[in-house]
Amino acid sequence: MYLAPALVVLAGLLVYPVYQLGLISFLEYTQAQVSGGEPTTFQGFGNYATLFADGQFWQVLLTTVLFAAACVVSTLAVGCALAVLLTRVRAVPRLALMLAALGAWATPAITGSTVWMFLFDPDFGPVNKVFGLGDFSWTYGRYSAFALVLLEVVWCSFPFVMVTVYAGIKAVPAEVLEAAALDGASQWRMWRSVLAPMLRPILTVVTVQSVIWDFKVFTQIYVMTGGGGIAGQNLVLNVYAYQKAFASSQYSLGSAIGVVMLLILLAVTLVYLRLLRRQGEEL
Amino acid sequence: MTSFVRGAVRRPWRLAAEASALLIAVIVAFPLYWMVLSAFKPAGEIESTEPRPWTLDPSLDSFRRVFGQQEFGRYFLNSVVVAVTVVVVSALIAFLAATAVTRFRFRFRTTLLIMFLIAQMVPVEALTIPLFFLMRDFGQLNTLGSLILPHIAFSLPFAIWMLRGFVKAVPEALEEAAYIDGASRTRFLWQILFPLVFPGLVATSVFSFISTWNDFLFAKSFIISDTSQSTLPMALLVFFKPDENDWGGIMAASTVMTIPVLVFFVLVQRRLVSGLGGAVKD
Repeated sequence: MYLAPALVVLAGLLVYPVYQLGLISFLEYTQAQVSGGEPTTFQGFGNYATLFADGQFWQVLLTTVLFAAACVVSTLAVGCALAVLLTRVRAVPRLALMLAALGAWATPAITGSTVWMFLFDPDFGPVNKVFGLGDFSWTYGRYSAFALVLLEVVWCSFPFVMVTVYAGIKAVPAEVLEAAALDGASQWRMWRSVLAPMLRPILTVVTVQSVIWDFKVFTQIYVMTGGGGIAGQNLVLNVYAYQKAFASSQYSLGSAIGVVMLLILLAVTLVYLRLLRRQGEEL
Repeated sequence: MTSFVRGAVRRPWRLAAEASALLIAVIVAFPLYWMVLSAFKPAGEIESTEPRPWTLDPSLDSFRRVFGQQEFGRYFLNSVVVAVTVVVVSALIAFLAATAVTRFRFRFRTTLLIMFLIAQMVPVEALTIPLFFLMRDFGQLNTLGSLILPHIAFSLPFAIWMLRGFVKAVPEALEEAAYIDGASRTRFLWQILFPLVFPGLVATSVFSFISTWNDFLFAKSFIISDTSQSTLPMALLVFFKPDENDWGGIMAASTVMTIPVLVFFVLVQRRLVSGLGGAVKD
């Protein structure tokens, strides 16, 4: 009975739209059908066939995977490195770093994007000035635009990793480490054989969360590259689906892309659940 | 832990570590500093090819442009209304649901939990398309309701997932004691469990607050013609012009938009960290 409100809301606004998303992806659904000018027709896998025959789709898919992977790896590397650093310093530098990270964490994606754009602005930005890059435009080239978005994504998502991993390291009981030290374990050995296994559940959680977040990056790409970059060079699946649906009114193609994304993320979730199971967690 | 760290790290190394920690803190904080600084710079200094990390005559011009913008106050108010409604409603619903899944055993409990987990993975942006049609069919386009409802739905799964840990932490003996003392189920729920879980609710609400406050996709897609129903991110995008971006206005609007989140974050910071620890451990 306590569950009723949650189930009603979720069924109406999550399950039903997902069902609709799947349905639309099998229909012919463009501007004509939206306004009721033409009847909707069932297309079967027609939309998917169109999509899979489109070279751009595969390119965007590949870009999305590579970009998400780059974001996840960088975020985890920075976050974990800084978490270790936090354990090595006294209170004042630790507080400074924590506060700075919380600030970055709290910054809304849209304002973060605008600020980073301004920092790297070819005319008025301090970054080009400091590094003597002249009027080099970061958003013009494909890779430099992705690099800029990557930096912003890492900046706003490493704090979650850092704070969580730091909390995890702090939670390791001192006795365990003392025992290891008494047994003559070296620093490296201590990290590899004692801390790493104890931190594994936490690392799994932050990795999976990062994969899910970075695979769905939308705001940063949309704002910083002006909706997908010059000639769509910076498109990722999410933005691609949105542009297909709302910019060119091909709602069914957009939905089909959405379904593909959903399936990929579902696969990630299943891997995550299996990892949880293997660690013997009870839900 | 302390003995391990302190004992093993020699002094020069620790100083080097502390110096780099401070340096990194400065780098991480720099974008925010630059944002606030640029918001206060007079127009000539922002659009200067010699950017300086300080300003000698701060001005409120940019803020004046932001607040002078047609209906900016309205946008701000709309954002607040949407965010507060979502936070309160989803916290209450999530509290009830989290209680149900931790305190009662029923047939599809595990299935339900897995569903909540999977629901978190659903890409919000992909659902914009069907939600758009749903809102149209219910005549909700161009209303704040079209922003509130989807956000409640999207913040629920994570909120329930996270609150579980907090509800679980309340000993069952307390519940039995309450019943023995003659408390009804409702009374136990609202007068005993609710205050105990409240810190967790606050931590959870940060996430729903942030995702709602930051959203610009729904605002962009569902509020098409009636600009009086628009929210803050839209007010920010106004300053982007095809040929000449008004950077002063953008930075000032960004500052105005960031500050409420920062304040909220600092207030709940400690609960947030312990809340995350709890969510991770379970």
